[in-house]
Amino acid sequence: MLGAVALWIIIMIVLPQLFMLDFSFRNNWQQIDPSKMGGPEDVYTLVNYHFLAFGSPNNPDPFNVVDVSVFFRTILAAVFVTLFDLALCYPIAYYLAQAAKGAKARLLVLALIIPFWVNELLRAFAFRILFGDEGTINAALMGLGLIEQPIDFVRENVALYAGLGYAYILLMIFPIYNVVESLDKNQIEAARDLGASWWKIHRRVVIPFAKPGITSGCTMVFMLSAGALAAPQILGGPSSLWFTQIIYQWFNTGSNWPRGSAYAIVLMLTCVLFVLIVMKIFKVKIGEIGR
Amino acid sequence: MSADVQLDNVWVQFGDFVAVRDANLTIQGGEFFSFLGPSGCGKTTLLRAISGFQEPSQGRVLIGGQNMAGIGPNHRPTALIFQNLALFPLMSVWENISFALEVKGVDKASRRKKADELLELVALPGQGDKMVNELSGGQKQRVAVARALCAEPEVLLLDEPLSALDLKLRQHMRTELRAIQQRAGITFIYITHDQGEALTMSDRVAVMREGVIDQISDGTTVYDHPETAFVASFVGENNSFSGSVKTVEDGIATVETPCGVFRARTSTVAPLKAGDKAIVFVRPEAIDFLGSTDRENVVEVTLTQQEFEGHFWHLVLHADSGAKIRMSVMNDGKRDTPELGSRVSVGFPILSAIALVSGELAAD
Ligand SMILES: Nc1ncnc2c1ncn2[C@@H]1O[C@H](COP(=O)(O)OP(=O)(O)OP(=O)(O)O)[C@@H](O)[C@H]1O
Ligand SMILES: [Mg+2]
Repeated sequence: MLGAVALWIIIMIVLPQLFMLDFSFRNNWQQIDPSKMGGPEDVYTLVNYHFLAFGSPNNPDPFNVVDVSVFFRTILAAVFVTLFDLALCYPIAYYLAQAAKGAKARLLVLALIIPFWVNELLRAFAFRILFGDEGTINAALMGLGLIEQPIDFVRENVALYAGLGYAYILLMIFPIYNVVESLDKNQIEAARDLGASWWKIHRRVVIPFAKPGITSGCTMVFMLSAGALAAPQILGGPSSLWFTQIIYQWFNTGSNWPRGSAYAIVLMLTCVLFVLIVMKIFKVKIGEIGR
Repeated sequence: MSADVQLDNVWVQFGDFVAVRDANLTIQGGEFFSFLGPSGCGKTTLLRAISGFQEPSQGRVLIGGQNMAGIGPNHRPTALIFQNLALFPLMSVWENISFALEVKGVDKASRRKKADELLELVALPGQGDKMVNELSGGQKQRVAVARALCAEPEVLLLDEPLSALDLKLRQHMRTELRAIQQRAGITFIYITHDQGEALTMSDRVAVMREGVIDQISDGTTVYDHPETAFVASFVGENNSFSGSVKTVEDGIATVETPCGVFRARTSTVAPLKAGDKAIVFVRPEAIDFLGSTDRENVVEVTLTQQEFEGHFWHLVLHADSGAKIRMSVMNDGKRDTPELGSRVSVGFPILSAIALVSGELAAD
């Protein structure tokens, strides 16, 4: 059993990543001079990482302004999406786990799951319609006379955040639901009986108990939104780039796999590091996530 | 300090199901009051109505003379100890205990001080920094009491808190709880389906059956002067003989049963008259072999089973009518009990037997 798991992890995760890692330390000989591939000049180099940090040699700026700022904006936006999802999903998960009963709870779960039968692309385009200039929301707001001019939700990235946030709500709800469901109702009642307000009950009893679920939900949502591609492509404003889009350009239009790999690895390592630091701050052990 | 609790025509219904039917009683301030009844009879429901987790469908709950309608559990002068204790596993012992103060915004040093005082009170000094799961069952129990006392309730509600403990510890905790109640000087409302617990600890006991309170008396009265057939059969061991009343004279009823005609005292609360269906109850320890003393009520029986329990012999007898009779004989070390299968005559005095209006008996 353990052997099978190890084999699975090696084939599916470790090996491909090692290839990527190897790529990221090479020149893009494919384009420069394919004949030199594997030759004496094909040595490991930091050129791709250097490019991400400082840009091309004739870049007048002290660092690669475009890529680096997109990188940090992406991380920041992913954090924002994660927090937004947490704020949205914690009450839903709590309600499902502790308050809702029987048919009502099942109905709510269906309402949460069924929209995800629609595939990601379709959903993203649907959000474009929802948030577009002539979209449902603008039409409603104008119909109510709240605004004169349609709001450009796409340019303001509202559509992107909403789309990303919505795309991962289940990944936030279910881990939290799982944990909160196992919380003894009497604990909540005991806290209430001792005079605690609702806020206090959540802060001292429910949230500490739900921490492993909250952590795994946040980790997944953060990683996936930082690494999302479709939603930023479709819903992102014209002026905003997601870091994954830059990576995609290197792999695809740029035909520069080594540079794409380097960018992707930096993104991945930063995300992992970030998650570990946050977990350290909130005193969550990695083992707790698996519970 | 301690408040009285008054239930005034309290009903609790879940849909069509009536969990508590017309409860009326007054519990005095400072009293140790128990609700005793079989599983599912509505004890927890009644306690939840007092603590505020369950609004009565009808009637009023008054605490210290104040109507509690619409007042939530966090604003009532009660504290509830849950059937499963419900300690907070992620907090240390002292944090658990002082939670009620934390909620009020009391500073940490005073909270810690109060928690340590309460740990003294429940005889767990110096255990404040442990985590809850490092405690034994009895210690957890005491922490739950301390946590509830920290809220300085006027009424402490306890929902079968000892049921998870083993016999020895349970007996120890009974004495302990009673002592804590006297030290704290507040009203205790205690729920249990264990009659030994109810009888030893309480000033008064209310015996419940399917949502109805059958009798409210002190322990000895419940045991010696049951008012309903259910109470007689639920509290302690009792033999029952169903029959019909022939005559009633000076508080003594003559009842004709398949095992013979028995004379027994009647209850002043639930009097009988000739022609009523009645049940005569006799405790196993009130029955003896004939000949040792004169007996008014005599039955011919066959001895079918016997069990030796040190200071008692427990015998099972069968009357000719087929009725099973249990009898307990004190072991004085002198007497030999008859052989299994032998026929003997047993009897019991009139004043040790009680005739009650026929009614539902407790399940064995
Ligand atoms: N929320 C509820 N909804 C419907 N029925 C309920 C509810 N709570 C309790 N009941 C019913 O009311 C009856 C009394 O329940 P309660 O919990 O008060 O019993 P209890 O005397 O405390 O029993 P136990 O000794 O087993 O704890 C039971 O038949 C139970 O099924
Ligand atoms: Mg109960």
